[in-house]
Amino acid sequence: MLSPEIIYKIILILAVFTVTLVVAMWSTYAERKVAAVLQDRLGPNRAGPWGFFQPVADGLKMFTKEEFIPGTADKQLFILGPCLAMLTALMTGVVIPWGGDLTFGGHSYKLQITDINIGILYLLGVVSVGVYGIMIGGWSSNNKYSLIGALRASSQMISYEIAMGLALISLVMMTGTLSLGEIVHQQDAGWANIVYQPLGFLIFIICAFAETNRAPFDLPETESELIGGYHTEYSSMKLGFFLFAEYINMFISSAIIASLYFGGYNFPFQHSLGLEGNALSLVQTFVFFCKVFFFIFFYMWVRWTIPRFRYDQLMNLGWKTLIPLAILNLFITGIVIGFRNGFFQ
Amino acid sequence: MMSQYLFYFLTFVAIFCALLVVFSKNPIYSALFLIVTFFATAGHYFLLNAQFLAAVHVIVYAGAIMVLFIYVIMMLNLNREVEPHKSTAIKIAATVCGCILGLVLVAALRETEMSAISEYSNPGIGLIERLGNVLFGAYMVPFEISTVLFLSAMVGAVFLSKKSIH
Repeated sequence: MLSPEIIYKIILILAVFTVTLVVAMWSTYAERKVAAVLQDRLGPNRAGPWGFFQPVADGLKMFTKEEFIPGTADKQLFILGPCLAMLTALMTGVVIPWGGDLTFGGHSYKLQITDINIGILYLLGVVSVGVYGIMIGGWSSNNKYSLIGALRASSQMISYEIAMGLALISLVMMTGTLSLGEIVHQQDAGWANIVYQPLGFLIFIICAFAETNRAPFDLPETESELIGGYHTEYSSMKLGFFLFAEYINMFISSAIIASLYFGGYNFPFQHSLGLEGNALSLVQTFVFFCKVFFFIFFYMWVRWTIPRFRYDQLMNLGWKTLIPLAILNLFITGIVIGFRNGFFQ
Repeated sequence: MMSQYLFYFLTFVAIFCALLVVFSKNPIYSALFLIVTFFATAGHYFLLNAQFLAAVHVIVYAGAIMVLFIYVIMMLNLNREVEPHKSTAIKIAATVCGCILGLVLVAALRETEMSAISEYSNPGIGLIERLGNVLFGAYMVPFEISTVLFLSAMVGAVFLSKKSIH
């Protein structure tokens, strides 16, 4: 017999999985609409009202396209690549707190799949293995353009992981915990972390752009230089998985940015609204998703505004600007914490 | 009981993939199996309540070092046809050396008491808080010296990779 706790967890996992996929699907629609608005076009408008069912049509198209594996490709790895990209994209969702506690029949349930006490390290771990999907896919295609795309992706991700980790260390030093649930909870009492860590936030969001391979950091798939980069040889739903994984990454990283720096599901004056228990939790979840959607919009806004970097500019920014800035941020955070604890008196 | 089964499963995965690392013809496959081996080892750390060690193991070995390995293999584009084969004498010498190393390891581990590991006496032993207190308390000086060692290694690597210094 399964305990109510386990049944609740299974339902929550399925819910998070479904929400992630649905948000990622309609992000593709939102991306095209945002691009259309920014470029003064109409965007998709054929499938359903305002083209709202465009993602469904795109999905059906992907599924019904011919499944093609190049003769010179390494078959097993060619299939493994997109699978790994999807897997690592979906893995991060388990540590994100999606809202406050829900109460059913006297039992309190957290709206977070698991609040492990090494949450931040788990995040970094998943991010660091996230590049394998692209690397394996690009290499196994046996195509020069794919290989260059894979090499670019790996060196880019390794470079930006360092600055990202250093920015996170400052945050961890300040909050004194590695659990995401605890970090979000602390922002309920005081200000959001963005107030204390503006530089850390800036470094983190730039690195998040680079890690998700979004423009202006989409060097691994520059269509003007590399045809399609690492997914040149892919077709049908395997290509769909690669493209879809990018949107899932975007959604999850928006959720992480909102949780770490913008108070997560907390919002100002939430305890003076007169809401209690489940009602408050639902409002909190709604507010959290508003924040997440804003950051997804921000991703798109940047993509259609800023031109792509040149490869050497990308490396210079990562190694010579962001890492020293992150170390400076770490240093300042350390000094401020020292002052607060009376270390210099 | 559950952790017992997990232990056997992880051990099987680790040893099986470690063998595949050696026997795979393609260097990319070897590297990928090595990553799976690292994950299985990280699982063992979890079973021993060393969460921090497990997470860092995945981040550093599976996430950073192996990415660089695969990067280099892709750059050199090694595959079956161009892989250089050593002469028979070297192969025999390598086998003998490996067997001797194995003998030394077995001899060293034969007398160890295994009961201490399986008891899981202290559930909080691998927590970050405790690890931090130990590293920055009792082992402060060795820890700092090792960081200086790493720094000098990094500076050395940068210096060596510079072709010309003006």
